[in-house]
Amino acid sequence: MLFRLEPRGLRSDFWSYGSPVLAVVLTIVTMGVIFAIMGAPPITGIETFLISPLTSPGGIGSLLVRAAPLIMIGVGLAFCYRANVWNIGGDGQFTMGAIFGGGIALLLPNAPFWWCYPLVLVCGVLGGMFWAGIVALLKLKFNANEILTSLMLVYIAQLILVWLVTGPWRDPQGFGFPQSAMFGAGATTPDFGTTSIHLGCVLAPLLAVALWLVMSRSVLGFQLRVVGQAPRAARYAGFSNARLTWIALLVSGGLSGLAGIIEVTGPIGQLTTTITPGYGFTAVIVAFLGRLHPVGVIFAALLLALSYLGGDAAQISLNMPNSITNIFQGVLLFYLLGVDVLILYRIRRVKPRIVEPAV
Amino acid sequence: MNLVYVSSFIVSIIAASTPLLLAASGELITEKSGVLNLGVEGMMLIGAIAGFATAHATGSAALGIVAAALAGVAISMVFAVLTLSLLANQIAAGLALTIFGHGLAALLGAGYVGISAPVLHAIAIPVLSAIPFIGPILFDQNILIYFSFLLICAISWFLNKTHAGLILRAVGDSHDAAHAMGYPVIRIRYAATAFGGALAGIAGAYLSLFYSPLWSQDLSAGRGWIALALVVFSAWRPFYLLAGAYLFGGVTYLALYLQGVGVSIPSPLISALPYAGTIAVLVLISRDARRVRLNQPACLAKYFHAVA
Repeated sequence: MLFRLEPRGLRSDFWSYGSPVLAVVLTIVTMGVIFAIMGAPPITGIETFLISPLTSPGGIGSLLVRAAPLIMIGVGLAFCYRANVWNIGGDGQFTMGAIFGGGIALLLPNAPFWWCYPLVLVCGVLGGMFWAGIVALLKLKFNANEILTSLMLVYIAQLILVWLVTGPWRDPQGFGFPQSAMFGAGATTPDFGTTSIHLGCVLAPLLAVALWLVMSRSVLGFQLRVVGQAPRAARYAGFSNARLTWIALLVSGGLSGLAGIIEVTGPIGQLTTTITPGYGFTAVIVAFLGRLHPVGVIFAALLLALSYLGGDAAQISLNMPNSITNIFQGVLLFYLLGVDVLILYRIRRVKPRIVEPAV
Repeated sequence: MNLVYVSSFIVSIIAASTPLLLAASGELITEKSGVLNLGVEGMMLIGAIAGFATAHATGSAALGIVAAALAGVAISMVFAVLTLSLLANQIAAGLALTIFGHGLAALLGAGYVGISAPVLHAIAIPVLSAIPFIGPILFDQNILIYFSFLLICAISWFLNKTHAGLILRAVGDSHDAAHAMGYPVIRIRYAATAFGGALAGIAGAYLSLFYSPLWSQDLSAGRGWIALALVVFSAWRPFYLLAGAYLFGGVTYLALYLQGVGVSIPSPLISALPYAGTIAVLVLISRDARRVRLNQPACLAKYFHAVA
């Protein structure tokens, strides 16, 4: 072996912040190679993927609209992962939030905005919390692995949504399309002037900052971090693992549910069969890239939101499948995980030694 | 209900179960070495498109299976380098593998939607396949189904009766002890991960070359994750895995069957049955925390870094 890893003993502060940057740079270089393999000039490819979405008219607005759900789900997941609770069912909680809130919105088509909209949002949050609460219950009462249960619940939530919009909630005037009626004015997320930027784009960073305060300044945040990093110490200190697991899952479920209801009452405007392009899974990358830190999550969400826009741009102007977005996201997480080794270890070259034969 | 009817019912259940069984037996070996690879779904999709594209280009389904296995190994090595050499978190790396696999398979498969490739045909074993009832179930299947029967026996024999199997289990249960005994922990884990990748790839090819048999972007539909749940269900024992896979295949088939005969439950809700079933089974099996702790490889998903 030519290289070996040597423990630093202490966390490297430089690489804690440097590794996401290096991972992004490596990802961009790799994307260049992938574009070249697919027959587009690498520079043009990267320019189309990462820069053209921002310079086009309304680009910044679209970016913020895409980033809002990623921030909301991502901070919730960061909160969970800090406590070592592996909720990967963000998409399911997002969908359940949309179903709960959307159901109320369909029930009250003509209600006034001032009480209807808050009610719809609260129901969305409750929907997400309900779906994540199932995971918490199964984990704590029956010891069922939360990764698998939360993921199975994603499929179930999506199928329930399909059933609702093709069955009981289908719009009678919708020409048979699998979608609900449009939500009334009282249940529509307000946007700002002529831009596509809506209330959620403002709410998301505010929620992230609020969660950062909880995580860094409150006893609850401290307990959460201790449970995640040193479960034994937490037990001796008498922190209730069950209580913290409930809180972590309900907070992240509620945030995902909120993201879901804002998405359907805002940019989409009705319930359809596909309301998420996999935000719940992308948010896992957002949480890691943001160093499980709410403020870091905001920046990470902007970058990954850009990858969605970039995928669309590559499809339109380079005639490539927009699954290039998932490749970007997967490669980015690969590099991030790989480069993170530098936080705790340094790489040393090992000189080949000549081993004396034992006598 | 006559025997022919029952035997065709069982044949259908085996057909639905085999992809789960193949992927889960690979993951079983990987987990026995102490590595938790959550990327089964991604590896299956990569295997499915690699197998489909190769079979389409060469006209040979057998070559497709080989290509699928190789593609599964290749992609699992990315995971192995990250988690075993660079000590990355196995859960996160497995998720990355699934996300990346989705993307790469969709990208590679963009040109293959709606076209057909050579499919796997049943190979009837002379004389034996003519036995009533048992014949069609055991002796008139495609090569991957025969392979899955043999595979489970081989894995059980390997884990319980061979020295190499003992070493594999030692690495998974106590990597420090295995290292002290002089076994190359990391190299063994690389091999176990590659084996898991190959079988996930083959499971993917089974879907795209036999079960579906077409390429579509969401071909695996969560089967990789169900396979992971099956490994927990089996308590890491090969023959329990076989029983579990057939039980799940039975549930999946029942869902299709109920839709076919026009039961008045809406079809999306029937499609949710296997996922709800997975949760139910996980709950039943994990309820006894002590039992899971006793059976689970003790070093599952833990880092190993030998200080030279």
